[in-house]
Amino acid sequence: MWTWFHRLASPPTFYRLADRFSPWLAVIAALLIGYGLVGGLVLAPADYQQGDAFRIIYVHVPAAWLSLSGYVAMAAAAVVAIIWRIKLAECVVVAIAPVGASFTAMALVTGMLWGKPMWGAYWVWDARLTAELVLLFLYLGVIGLNQAFEDPRAGARACGLLALVGVVNVPIVHYSVEWWNSLHQGPTISRIGKPSIVPAMLWPLLAMTFGCMAFFAWAVLQRVQNELLIRERRSAWVRNWRLEREAAGNV
Amino acid sequence: MTKRQGRMMWIGALLAGIALAAALGFTALRKNMMYFYTPSDLVAQTAPKHARLRLGGLVERGSVKRGDGLLINFTLADCAQKVQVRYEGILPDLFREGQGIVATGMVADDGSFRADEVLAKHDENYMPPELASSLKTVDGKHSCAPFKSVNGNVASAGVVE
Repeated sequence: MWTWFHRLASPPTFYRLADRFSPWLAVIAALLIGYGLVGGLVLAPADYQQGDAFRIIYVHVPAAWLSLSGYVAMAAAAVVAIIWRIKLAECVVVAIAPVGASFTAMALVTGMLWGKPMWGAYWVWDARLTAELVLLFLYLGVIGLNQAFEDPRAGARACGLLALVGVVNVPIVHYSVEWWNSLHQGPTISRIGKPSIVPAMLWPLLAMTFGCMAFFAWAVLQRVQNELLIRERRSAWVRNWRLEREAAGNV
Repeated sequence: MTKRQGRMMWIGALLAGIALAAALGFTALRKNMMYFYTPSDLVAQTAPKHARLRLGGLVERGSVKRGDGLLINFTLADCAQKVQVRYEGILPDLFREGQGIVATGMVADDGSFRADEVLAKHDENYMPPELASSLKTVDGKHSCAPFKSVNGNVASAGVVE
């Protein structure tokens, strides 16, 4: 088990593995997002109160969920990077940040576009919105901190620490609507109890969520691969990798 | 203790410390995290007087009375109490009887609320109109549970008409 774990964490093995899995992730993402978009934007019925405006949830909700689960994944990678000093985990921390930041920004922007016609305001400083904005700043902080370091390994360690400290914000975002009064509505889908959304609206939402997850994973894998190539550019496996590609006429 | 175990302990302690600090801080500052006061807070007189504040609740059924121009009067209720609200201005599309709203304004001398801004607070239910009309319980019967009293004044979970 541990030997397998260590082999997986070795950059050349992981690079090849990522090469093998990436296309599958891309296909899964395209299929699920394709179905989710058609199902959500065309097939699902309009809402009884919000009409067609409710359809923003097919982008907003997956983006918001992934902004949180992406952060948890980044923090988990940070723990591995700090305790075991595994290079791959450092790359994962650095690779998740920009993808997570994009999803967070998407959740914020789509929420604002929906908020104006529905609530009557683009932005309010309630607990949910403020905590999500803090999440965006945490992601941006990790990106900035990483670029401030000359030594990538020291940078990754600092980023890992910031990612860890910021993880306290994740439950705050998630439970803000339950702990405190907020303008943002409560959760429609929770682990306990029936979702307060009809199945015809729910299925495309779940498809979009899993599709976005696959896309998130795909995007992170691409970035991890690039990060590995840059950090290991002087190692033998990268040189061999280049020679192979040159031989295949791929450079 | 190896170096690695040391790092594990260190990270564990760091996370526990941050969690504890956050828990203590947010418990102490609970009032500040609240986006709005509820009618219960106003009736119990625990909300600040002569200050602009936000008031959240459900627009009571049958209470909406329109006056000249954009003037509108209605009753705002949480699970326990109600307050008269007077507002002049443009309402969000989702404003209707039974809907949750958040109004910004001040408490007048007679105990009613003078709002200068009204935002709609949507709830978490999504369904097509046909289903909503067949389910009599839903339209106009939003839960009052999301309107939590800031100072812990009585507010039992339930549904108001």
